[in-house]
Amino acid sequence: MDPECSRLLPALCAVLADPRQPVADDTCLEKLLDWFTAVTEAGSSLLLLQENPCLVELLFHVLKSQDLSSRILSFSLRLAGIFAAQEDCFQYLQQGELLPMLFGEVGPLGGAAWTAPAVRSGWIQGLRTLAQHPSALHFLAACGAVDTIFSLQGDPSLFVASAAGQLLVHILDLVMRGPAEGRRSPQACDWPACAQKIVGHIEDSLCSTDIPQVTQALSVLTTAFGHCHGLWTQGLWVRLSPLVARLLEKDPVPASHSLVDLLLSVARSAPSSDRDLWETLAQTLSHLSPTQAGPLALGILKLQDCFIHRLPKDRRDSWSSPAQSRAGFILRTCSAAFCHLPSGLTLWILGHPVPQVLRTQAFGILLQPLACVLEAAAQAPGPPGLLEGAAADSMMVDTLLSSKSACVGLLCCALAHLGLLQPLPQRPSPWPQAPLLGAAVTILRLCSGSAAPTSDVGGRLCAILVGCGRVQRAALDFLGALSQGTGPQELVTQVFSVLLEYLVSPESSSMVLKKAFQATLRWLLSSPKTPGCCDLDPHTQLFLRELLPVLQKRLCSPCWEVRDSVLEFLTQMTRHCGGQAGFRQALLASEVPELTKQLLRDPESYVRASAVTATGQLSSWGLCATPAIPECPGAQQESLLVELLHILSTDSEGFPRRAVMQVFTEWLRDGHADVAEDAERFVAGVLQAASRDLDWEVRAQGLELALVFLEQLLGQRGSHCPYAVALPETAPPGVLDQALQVLCRVQLFEFAFRALFDCDRPVAQKSCDLLLFLRAKAAPCGSSQEAGDSPNVASVEATLQRWQAGEQGQPLGYLEPGAVVALLRSIDLEGLRDTLAESSDHVEKSPQSLLQDMLAAVGVLGENEADCY
Amino acid sequence: MSRYPDLCLNPKECVCQEMGTVDPSIFWALLFKGAFYGMKKREVGEKYCLSGHPTLPCNVLKFKSTTIMLDCGLDMNSTLNFLPLPLVQSPRLSNLPGWSLKDGNAFLDKELKECSGHVFVDSVPEFCLPETELIDLSTVDVILISNYHCMMALPYITEHTGFTGTVYATEPSVQIGRLLMEELVNFIERVPKAQSASLWKNKDIQRLLPSPLKDAVEVSTWRRCYTMQEVNSALSKIQLVGYSQKIELFGAVQVTPLSSGYALGSSNWIIQSHYEKVSYVSGSSLLTTHPQPMDQASLKNSDVLILTGLTQIPTANPDSMVGEFCSNLALTVRNGGNVLVPCYPSGVIYDLLECLYQYIDSAGLSSIPFYFISPVANSSLEFSQIFAEWLCHNKQTKVYLPEPPFPHAELIQTNKLKHYPSIHGDFSNDFRQPCVVFTGHPSLRFGDVVHFMELWGKSSLNTVIFTEPDFSYLEALAPYQPLAMKCIYCPIDTRLNFIQVSKLLKEVQPLHVVCPEQYTQPPPAQSHRIDLMIDCQPPAMSYRRAEVLALPFKRRYEKIEIMPELADSLVPMEIKPGVSLATVSAVLHTKDNKHILQPPPRPAQPTGGKKRKRASDDIPDCKVLKPLLSGSIPVEQFVQTLEKHGFSDIKVEDTAKGHIVLLQEAETLIQIEEDSTHIICDNDEMLRVRLRDLVLKFLQKF
Repeated sequence: MDPECSRLLPALCAVLADPRQPVADDTCLEKLLDWFTAVTEAGSSLLLLQENPCLVELLFHVLKSQDLSSRILSFSLRLAGIFAAQEDCFQYLQQGELLPMLFGEVGPLGGAAWTAPAVRSGWIQGLRTLAQHPSALHFLAACGAVDTIFSLQGDPSLFVASAAGQLLVHILDLVMRGPAEGRRSPQACDWPACAQKIVGHIEDSLCSTDIPQVTQALSVLTTAFGHCHGLWTQGLWVRLSPLVARLLEKDPVPASHSLVDLLLSVARSAPSSDRDLWETLAQTLSHLSPTQAGPLALGILKLQDCFIHRLPKDRRDSWSSPAQSRAGFILRTCSAAFCHLPSGLTLWILGHPVPQVLRTQAFGILLQPLACVLEAAAQAPGPPGLLEGAAADSMMVDTLLSSKSACVGLLCCALAHLGLLQPLPQRPSPWPQAPLLGAAVTILRLCSGSAAPTSDVGGRLCAILVGCGRVQRAALDFLGALSQGTGPQELVTQVFSVLLEYLVSPESSSMVLKKAFQATLRWLLSSPKTPGCCDLDPHTQLFLRELLPVLQKRLCSPCWEVRDSVLEFLTQMTRHCGGQAGFRQALLASEVPELTKQLLRDPESYVRASAVTATGQLSSWGLCATPAIPECPGAQQESLLVELLHILSTDSEGFPRRAVMQVFTEWLRDGHADVAEDAERFVAGVLQAASRDLDWEVRAQGLELALVFLEQLLGQRGSHCPYAVALPETAPPGVLDQALQVLCRVQLFEFAFRALFDCDRPVAQKSCDLLLFLRAKAAPCGSSQEAGDSPNVASVEATLQRWQAGEQGQPLGYLEPGAVVALLRSIDLEGLRDTLAESSDHVEKSPQSLLQDMLAAVGVLGENEADCY
Repeated sequence: MSRYPDLCLNPKECVCQEMGTVDPSIFWALLFKGAFYGMKKREVGEKYCLSGHPTLPCNVLKFKSTTIMLDCGLDMNSTLNFLPLPLVQSPRLSNLPGWSLKDGNAFLDKELKECSGHVFVDSVPEFCLPETELIDLSTVDVILISNYHCMMALPYITEHTGFTGTVYATEPSVQIGRLLMEELVNFIERVPKAQSASLWKNKDIQRLLPSPLKDAVEVSTWRRCYTMQEVNSALSKIQLVGYSQKIELFGAVQVTPLSSGYALGSSNWIIQSHYEKVSYVSGSSLLTTHPQPMDQASLKNSDVLILTGLTQIPTANPDSMVGEFCSNLALTVRNGGNVLVPCYPSGVIYDLLECLYQYIDSAGLSSIPFYFISPVANSSLEFSQIFAEWLCHNKQTKVYLPEPPFPHAELIQTNKLKHYPSIHGDFSNDFRQPCVVFTGHPSLRFGDVVHFMELWGKSSLNTVIFTEPDFSYLEALAPYQPLAMKCIYCPIDTRLNFIQVSKLLKEVQPLHVVCPEQYTQPPPAQSHRIDLMIDCQPPAMSYRRAEVLALPFKRRYEKIEIMPELADSLVPMEIKPGVSLATVSAVLHTKDNKHILQPPPRPAQPTGGKKRKRASDDIPDCKVLKPLLSGSIPVEQFVQTLEKHGFSDIKVEDTAKGHIVLLQEAETLIQIEEDSTHIICDNDEMLRVRLRDLVLKFLQKF
């Protein structure tokens, strides 16, 4: 600890121990604890206490004082825990009987302060930090802390209850992870007494009829299997699994959510050969209600993705399954990351051999609600269910029809789970793409009322689902996810038809409509191209022709969210299909471009921003509104540029202005015809407008545009990869001179230098990067004295200094290229970059300043108090 | 037991409830379970359905000897079978070819014209009246009006059926109803048509006609529109009422209008006697539009709830439709086209104008003129601003600012909305395009709308947007085919949908629901939509046109008042906590559906003279009766008592109805049942009397 802090510490301790002194806020106390943690990690706690006896005095004082705030008490408990984490310091504190007084029954535990959740939380956290060595374990046993922790598991404060559970796991891990770990057998008989006690408590809880108690036990176990990786966890599971299995015999299964979490946690950590575990999982799947079983089924099906094994190299050749091949592929791609492993061991990502029967059962559970819907809505007896074993059963039908909330909840979960599974490499194979598509379409039709089921169940489902926005959104998301696969043309036609139905329907809410647009985009982008031609296939073409009138109508919607969604869709669609003749033809024949342009004046700023992006994109592809004057094709385009510039300089909201800057940057980068015509004038105008903008994002985007311009003049920047080795590429002198002239003319330097001292750090950082790039191109080496002595440079430097000091009123004036080069060399850009990279409070962030602040706060308050009298 | 031939006083069925403290000055209420001698026992309510249209109802309720007509809606769908009445000579319409039978017989070609495959009657439009034969309408005592749309047949009822009763309606209903009638009469009378077609109505001929004429029902009863004189006369019979005002009908029934939330002054009605309550729900809305919100609480505890006037388009959400309306309007106008909105001069138009007021600026439509053309446009816009007490809370608050409650005042002020009585006159000077025109009639058969259909129908730039749900838009458009203009159907019906009805019924929990048969099954075109029907327990009772329905409640109680002097003479005896009994000797006086118990006339004092008439000759027998007994006999205690009194060898047997106590020595049997006790012993009167007295010790006397 530095001497200055040591000097301040006694005063601070005195303040903290004085109940009359108002304590600084909780943040300061937290910072103080962080600092003590850092200090003790760096050196000996014992030495610290010996050198600063005020700390121990503080702890003693806290114990004596009756009217100390709960915050200070909590702080002291945690502080004591930090010191006692080191065994020698622990012993030191034990000598003074301080720890039993803090954490034992004579301490706050028995007093009135215990009613404050902060104190209970501090007590737990203190013990959590303290419990790091065998002596601590003896202490815990001696002071009966474990029993208190048991009772705190049911604490009314959720934070305390959760921390108590975690502390139990920590203690268990510490006890079992002792030096004898390697020798410990999975049999529980030779476990230490403390572990026996904790496990015994968990066993009792698991057998309890009180559901909250069962939940506590399950969550403790979930934490244990999730965070502890010692071999002892296997023994724990062997011992407790029969009790867990017994929970399944109850009807209804108690604490089912926690049970699912536990089983998944065990499955992720247990060895793959544990047949009993798979058996338990299978039983659980069949015992839980359809709603409860869904998350477990999904977890089982996702297991493969997260399992990492250490296996000897000779296992490599034995791979045969597709899952293993995939793992091999992943391994090869990531081989560079594994080079640091100890020799003789290779880290393999291996397909988790979850039994196929279990996977099929789990998948069946996810599919069942959809199978039910398909069967209920079928006009005639069709093919069997989605999958073998996934046929609709009567229990599922009963659940679906029991109430609207049950039906909606079940369907939404099933759709969400299947949507999550769809893109995963370990998803079940064969993936029933076609029936799933059929189910999604059917659900959407039931929701819109356009399905006409003939069965009684279908009719009741329709009555429940009709107009249900939640299911509509879930089904549209799922339908969008299914666009990654292929399906029979007939079904794809149905998909487009139902999407169109939703896009057309006035009953679609704005959120549903947004989802419908997103799904439509995904399907349009994934639709097959005509062989031998890069254009859209005839079906898509036909769909587009029907879609455009809908877009026209929706662009006039009174609901701004709808207008916004359409514009976003149009932007994405144009970005991807702007070059395709079919799309261009259909779009140009419609009113959409004209209506989009009209929305540049929309009263809603989000819509204006989206309209800016959309018209920018349309214009990039030459799809903007038809020129008003046929003989002057450029007129309309130019007017768009003017209109966007007008928005940039006058719009009162930031979103449209940011959008304009992005469009302009894109135009410049892509060589938009109107920009390319006179790029210099364009850049000058845009930078001028951006430099005056109050929104830092607009200014930052201005720098992005400036960078693109620079790159066009001087050549690309080097590779973005920080590890790639690249030599600086200097521009040839002739090009450089010309470029510098141009940059001076567009006043890019004034903009960049001004940004360098911007009050918003991202802008300054971006400007710094830009100038560094420019310096690398223009003046990589050479003497800074070349032009540095000229009067021009001196005055500019003086101006810059004033700017840095916050006086940005004075303009820089016209800069000569030579002066610019000299300036670039003279400014310590690297230093500036490093300063900017520091967090904003780096100057103030020191332990001294923290201690001073806390003391000053008390002092200031004291003065006020004096004033009052 | 009874003292008077007209009063049944079976102690088992008579309960006397004390109303408050025992104060002779307070009238006591007696609730008599059972019926009266001499009064015919019958169903309390019957309902006659005179209209098959669920949103234009006309029902007659016979309730407690009162005959009440509930609404008199006029079904105007019949007009769709007629050719439009053009305001300006239309060569297209006048040159339509006459229709001839398949065999070439052209005798109907003057009456029937063909247009794009459809056949129309070329005559003054006629309307389908409510049933007039099902019940003698001259016996109707009162007519209750629920909203201005449901009173359009009023002149036919009040002026042509011998009706002599009173009509009850709220002021806005009357005023706006008058405007609607005035507009209707104006639309039809200003285009006089000499021709009146009647040949086609002949049943033998009608059979030969194509659909829909062939399927039109009761064409012989179709009538031409009434005159303004008849309208005035009909409206003069209306008595104005306010919400929650209680109106006594002949002492038997009380009717009360409640706000129904659908339109200005729209009402539901409570019709109740002392012990029965019928709620009539017609045209109600739970949406927050301009009228006062619906009063649901007062509908609770109804025996019967008659439910009519639900939304005609249950699948269309009004909010979505307004959005659709605005989008299509803006799209058309931005493309340089005109928008035609066929509408009624009141109602949804206020909400549409309010939406447009908020929308036009944001949609860049500020420069587009909005025209509202109707003979009553001015009155309608002005009336809406003055009925402050009938408006929703927000609008009422504005009045106190003071500001006009509806923003159309500002639209008019800024010249964005202009209104004209007709296309003739000022309108033709101000008219500029593109524009938006609101005008009637929504059937497209008469009114200024016919002119705009003819004018704009040829251009695909223009759009007609249907917002009124009363007419099938495809049938309305049939005589204008082929049509190039775009047609958009955005029916805005704010009346209750089935989800709202379901919630309402759960909330108010009527014992029985009675509704048109259309509501008890899904719409024919969507037979799988079981959500589009009324779902309640017990299932709703349905009715159809020309059907009589017995309402499912029986008369159980009647309120009888007791004169104070009679009440004073009663000596109630508490037989168990809270229940007291007293015997009453009185004369029941019944007049104007009110029943009063009066003290019986004093019997003449017997003088002993032989010639004097016996009192029983003219007044009922009033001799003092034995006291009445009540209570039950606890067998065990009874047996103990018997033993105390020296009886031995007692055996008790349980029977289905009670017990038999056998005194073996005395050869006597005491049969104790719930409602009788018999002592059976052979000729030992002394023993019987002894035993009787022991039995009586366990009973109360009064």
